[in-house]
Amino acid sequence: MRRPNADSSESQRLLSRRAMLLGGVQLGFMGMLALRMRYLQVEQSDQFRLLAEENRVNIRLLPPARGEIFDRNGVALARNEPSYRITIVQEDAGDVDKVIERLSTLVELDEDSLNRAMAEMKRSAPFLPVTVADHVSWEEMSRVSVNAPALPGVTPEVGLSRQYPLQGDFAHVVGYVGPVSDYDLSKIANPDPLLRIPRFQIGKVGVEAKREGGLRGSAGTKRVEVNSVGRIMRELDRQEGDQGQDLQLTLDQNLQSYVQARLEGESAAAIVMDCRNGDLLAINSAPTFDPNLFVTGISVADYKALTDNKFRPLAAKSVQGTYPPGSTFKMITALAALEEGVFSSEDTVWCPGHLEVSDRRFHCWKRAGHGHMDLQKALRESCDVYFYEVALEIGIDKISTMAARLGLGVRHDIPLSGVARGLNPTRTWKEQVRGQNWVPGDTVNASIGQGFVLASPLQLAVMTARLASGLQINPRMVKSSNGVEEPVPEPAPLGLNENHLRQIRKAMFAVSNNRRGTAYGSRIVPEEFKLAGKTGTSQVRNITAAERAAGVTRNKDLPWERRDHALFVNFAPFDTPEIAVAVVVEHGGGGSTAAAPIARDITLQALYKGDPPLEAYPSRDRRKIKAQQERLRALMPDPQDVRGGTRT
Amino acid sequence: MSYLEYSVKTVPTGLRKVLFLNWPLIVLLTSVAGVGFMMLYSVAGGSFSPWAEPQIKRFTLGLAVMVTVAMVPIWFWRNMSVAAYLATIVLLILVEFMGSVGMGAQRWIDLGFMRLQPSELMKVTLVMSLAAYYDWLPPKKLSRPFWVLLPVLAILLPTAMVLRQPDLGTSILLITGGAMVMFIAGVHWGYFAAVTTLFVGLVVAVFQSRDTSWQLLKDYQFRRIDTFLDPASDPLGAGYHITQSKIALGSGGWTGRGFMQGTQSRLNFLPEKHTDFIFTTLAEEFGFVGGISLLGLYALIIVFCVLAALANRDRFSSLMILGIASTFFLFFAVNMSMVMGLAPVVGVPLPLVSYGGSAMLVLMVAFGLIQSAHIHRPR
Repeated sequence: MRRPNADSSESQRLLSRRAMLLGGVQLGFMGMLALRMRYLQVEQSDQFRLLAEENRVNIRLLPPARGEIFDRNGVALARNEPSYRITIVQEDAGDVDKVIERLSTLVELDEDSLNRAMAEMKRSAPFLPVTVADHVSWEEMSRVSVNAPALPGVTPEVGLSRQYPLQGDFAHVVGYVGPVSDYDLSKIANPDPLLRIPRFQIGKVGVEAKREGGLRGSAGTKRVEVNSVGRIMRELDRQEGDQGQDLQLTLDQNLQSYVQARLEGESAAAIVMDCRNGDLLAINSAPTFDPNLFVTGISVADYKALTDNKFRPLAAKSVQGTYPPGSTFKMITALAALEEGVFSSEDTVWCPGHLEVSDRRFHCWKRAGHGHMDLQKALRESCDVYFYEVALEIGIDKISTMAARLGLGVRHDIPLSGVARGLNPTRTWKEQVRGQNWVPGDTVNASIGQGFVLASPLQLAVMTARLASGLQINPRMVKSSNGVEEPVPEPAPLGLNENHLRQIRKAMFAVSNNRRGTAYGSRIVPEEFKLAGKTGTSQVRNITAAERAAGVTRNKDLPWERRDHALFVNFAPFDTPEIAVAVVVEHGGGGSTAAAPIARDITLQALYKGDPPLEAYPSRDRRKIKAQQERLRALMPDPQDVRGGTRT
Repeated sequence: MSYLEYSVKTVPTGLRKVLFLNWPLIVLLTSVAGVGFMMLYSVAGGSFSPWAEPQIKRFTLGLAVMVTVAMVPIWFWRNMSVAAYLATIVLLILVEFMGSVGMGAQRWIDLGFMRLQPSELMKVTLVMSLAAYYDWLPPKKLSRPFWVLLPVLAILLPTAMVLRQPDLGTSILLITGGAMVMFIAGVHWGYFAAVTTLFVGLVVAVFQSRDTSWQLLKDYQFRRIDTFLDPASDPLGAGYHITQSKIALGSGGWTGRGFMQGTQSRLNFLPEKHTDFIFTTLAEEFGFVGGISLLGLYALIIVFCVLAALANRDRFSSLMILGIASTFFLFFAVNMSMVMGLAPVVGVPLPLVSYGGSAMLVLMVAFGLIQSAHIHRPR
């Protein structure tokens, strides 16, 4: 054994010294660790215990039941139906494929949703339930329950699903719900945690979307203890949420369904409103679609069929569509002239069938001309030249001011998607948007509701209601929410000379009730229900000089897209106006032939609150109307079914 | 003092050696390991499998290994130390070529019955060879640059190889452990001051190297440093470990939530709850009292080692005992600093408590060496 160097006492002492020093430093470091431990565990203990609690406790949402939607009489328009779905928990199922194979003998499983479920299972934790079949029937549900022992991990679950019992009748008003999409979430700055629930349904269009806040309600919560991967260990407590608010609309289901049936086959829109307080009674757009398709997820083929249809079933034309109002605008021109005082109702204009304005010839619809025209006759017979002259005299500013007072170019505040502003053209508008100066020809066009002017059926109905009442009526669509009446603002007077309004109404009465009136064919017989209206036929194309020379082409001979829009507005009864109606038939031809009969039928239906007696119609129409009533009754929902949904 | 100066006859022989073991140290080691068994039982949700049972078996094996190593005279180990060091270097080179890749690092050789981590072994053989070196080196030459450079190279060579694996925790342990042996041996303090200054410079360089072509650390190591500096910046990502571990510690309070009542570890919020972060479970379930007790046990182990070293007049033995004790200290000091949020997460287990085979066996071998030095000390 080698001991090369004697251990000097000097190096021994150095070693001891250094060892003590290092040992001391190490003990000092341990002391520091102890202090740190004391700081974390004693001084900050409360804070950290709270954090540990937050870690451990997870708050789960309990989705609230969505508010239901009713018509003014309590008929259910949108309700929650129990729906059954089948879920699988992977870790309980064991062999998932085998369980699904057994399940498929009991329940019809479609390939698509099965693939989606399989993909979802791969992604999610094995203890989370995955839906394999949605909206299964009660029978299938029972079969699964009975065979539960052979189906480990399979749970039949009951949920609520939105249902629209009246199908297409309220599709454009009530809208529909659908599962929340990433796009929906991206639009919301601070989304409700409810929206993070997979397949949570939110309103997509219409009242469902616009009143989403109230209808959705607020989530309840349940506190559960979870582990770090989110498995629920036990429930600690729960707090129920608030159910969504029920909405009652001002709409009348019976009238709405009737109007929808009456518009069948046309691409058309109609509005019925109470001209005393603005309550909307019917808002229709035809053709329509079944909103229930969207709730469960519409198939590509069905959706394509809807979007490819040239009648655009998905568009809510009554509020979103804008059309040149045509002759229904003439009341505005006339009223502006009366208010301005430049024309009195006695002043006449000579109509030779056309008017030359700055080297351009503007035609009257009647090529031969109307001869001497005063206000009453001009409105009754819808003479264009009279209004050309009047408009040139008072100028566009007065006309557009009057149009605005009557609600044109204004976006009315009702909870529907894409409510149109329309267009009430002014000098500044043309300068700013078109970069051109306003020319007299524009005024001439505007005077008869052509050119730049655009209005939605809703705006036309509001205009008519204002003319009939002399009040600044605003439309209202929601009657009450959760039983609390929505405020009905007292409509302010329009501030127009009552005498002038009376003359306009009188002329409108003549349109429907004077033999020479453009809508005489669509008159109402009983004195107490007589209507006052105005036809409109708005061009959607320019008539070239060559066409005019060859004689005006008849609408019937044109392709559908190029035919004129047919319009009709009216209020009734004439003596004590209750309702205002606006009807637009897209490319329907003449207002008097295509729109006025529809408006008359709707008016009668609204005033009689059901099918009117045949005596209300002129005698020569009665046979045709009888057949029509029977045909429409078949199209309307069975009253028995509807009552089934009535809220008590 | 040297072995030449005392009679070998005074050294106990045969089974009598068992009586001369440093029994208090064995009791302390067993107590610490017992804390480990209890915590492994708790984090498994009150079950001996999968961790507590193998750990108990390993510790029993470790005790046997320790006594076996202790029976062999310390001069044999001293003579073997340079060879052991070189053998470990060879093993480290081997893992470069045939080591299995796990967790992004090449660290072990699969021997079939166990996984050998040469880097663990290196912690002991490095200390041994340094002790042997300073035992051999005449005290006059201690601080001469050439004789300082030699051990520095002996430390840096394995450190560089471990860093390449990459295993930051072990590299730190090797460098610091080696430096401590040099310090105790009596190398002039000026060298340490110089190295500390250099180290600070290196840290600056490491940070400067980020996102450049000569980046010195891997991205995940940079991220660990980032999250150490500001764990709140990424509470669900890389900062998760530190944040959750602090929550567990803090929620323990004075006396803890009770055995097997810790929600943080039982509900799996704690990562690596049976290995690197096992201290958090102890602190959560037994609170400040439990944590300080374990720290006290560790402190006693250090104290007993230092006392044993001071009482031993053999220079190699003293240096080796102090070197091993320092390495042991570094183990738990780094681990505890890490879970208490005082140091970045570098992956150093809590000695004798964390679940793990080769670390525990190597530690028991090291304590066997200490026992051997104690039994065979000059009398």
